[in-house]
Amino acid sequence: MMDIVEFFAELYHSYGINLSIFYDHFDRDLFLEGIVYTAWLSAASIIGSLVVGALGAYLQYTGGSWAQRLVNGYVHAFRNTPPLVQLYFFYFAVGPTLSGLMGDIHPAVSNVTWAIVSLTLYAGAFNVEIFRSGIEAVPQSTIEAADALGMNEGQIFRRIVLPLSVRISLAGLTNNLVNLIKTTTNAFAIAVPEILYASSQIWSESMNALEMMIVLLVFFMLLIGAFTWLMKMLERATAVPGWGQA
Amino acid sequence: MKTPHTLHTSMPPVWLVAAALAALPMGAQAGQAGESGLLALVKWLPLILQGFAMDVGISFAAMAIGTALGALLGIGQISQFSPIRLLSDWVTQFFRNAPWLVLLFFCILLLPYQIQLFDWVIPFPAWVKGIVGLMLPVMGNVSEVVRGGIQSIPSGQWEAANALAFSRGKTLRMIILPQAVKRMVPPWMNVYAVLMMATPLVSIVGVEDSVTVARAVLSAENDTALLMPVYGLLLVLFFVYCYPIARWTRALERRYAVA
Repeated sequence: MMDIVEFFAELYHSYGINLSIFYDHFDRDLFLEGIVYTAWLSAASIIGSLVVGALGAYLQYTGGSWAQRLVNGYVHAFRNTPPLVQLYFFYFAVGPTLSGLMGDIHPAVSNVTWAIVSLTLYAGAFNVEIFRSGIEAVPQSTIEAADALGMNEGQIFRRIVLPLSVRISLAGLTNNLVNLIKTTTNAFAIAVPEILYASSQIWSESMNALEMMIVLLVFFMLLIGAFTWLMKMLERATAVPGWGQA
Repeated sequence: MKTPHTLHTSMPPVWLVAAALAALPMGAQAGQAGESGLLALVKWLPLILQGFAMDVGISFAAMAIGTALGALLGIGQISQFSPIRLLSDWVTQFFRNAPWLVLLFFCILLLPYQIQLFDWVIPFPAWVKGIVGLMLPVMGNVSEVVRGGIQSIPSGQWEAANALAFSRGKTLRMIILPQAVKRMVPPWMNVYAVLMMATPLVSIVGVEDSVTVARAVLSAENDTALLMPVYGLLLVLFFVYCYPIARWTRALERRYAVA
């Protein structure tokens, strides 16, 4: 441990490469906290958006025309407006209005929660579309075959359509969730101390913007690389032999 | 003429959304601010629209430069000379996977304020840096679009051109690209949609776009009843601009779909 500290302190003093997060306690803790917040934002909004996506796709699959319209409206509204403006809308407009309605001056919902809500709804809108197209991609003949075997509608959905459509959706899902992880940096705008915000505090204190930028980019390369690898493993583990490969 | 039909079938939900979004500012106003809120919004509307024009302008510039560089990078990705292919691959993946906001900060903080070329001094104001910052991820995404488009052309086309003694460059220019460009248009427009969704990020790094103007208006008026209408208006503006593009993209996707 001591060697690492000494090495990076030496790197700064001899070569001017200031990686303060490796030798300065304060900067290191700030950065680690940033990693924790980014991980938390990512994990919470990934799970949330999967739930929203599944719910929306299910409503589109089974619901009446009103439910379908509602889901369609939600998907179009959130896909065609910038996530940053959505975040501002929730945090600066919906938040205070909610507090006002409840007669409370203190914000009832923290900025971290608003960021998660906003990111969840944004990515959820894309997930609805991904799951829906996954469901549509299940061949009609497969469904008819299940029907011929005497399965009822619920059984066909649970045991045939759902397992196949989730597998079809995985590739699109990976893309969207990677995009979601990248979008967590938007929370910077409402002062959530995630990794970009922590880094900006570090570089304005320690005057090492270039070094911190490179650390940030490397961090995201690793995070997204690890996530994509995980999803690929999942894809491989769930692959049905001989099915879906062109 | 398939397009008008497909446009028509899902019209109701669209109008529902538009109406809901439009009603949002109205409703909040009627409830709390009344006449003065509406007047304030009307008063500031031209300025907010001007800010929005800045967003559109920045997105056009970033798209134009990003497309030109991305096309080169995409062709580099199918190069037969492996150093070029590997380098193009890496650059593409790097700019596709880096968060937009981080790249923006990178350009804002690390590009110089001006560049001196002999006697010329080219100033680099924030909006130019913003364009550069947005152009980089566009470049990475367009590169993938171009590579995908070229590789979607059946290899028989390459072989036939080879049999007719076309060189590789000529095959690409005269046979492959003319066919591939059509297929690239819908995903390229998708990249534009993604870019437009990211453009307001420039407000964080000090470019005066619609979001910056909206926040300035809110602090000038200092009226909490205006929060909903102003941010609602921003959402409506972006929706009205982006939604037709999204529909158009879908229509083109269907028309160019490989059966």
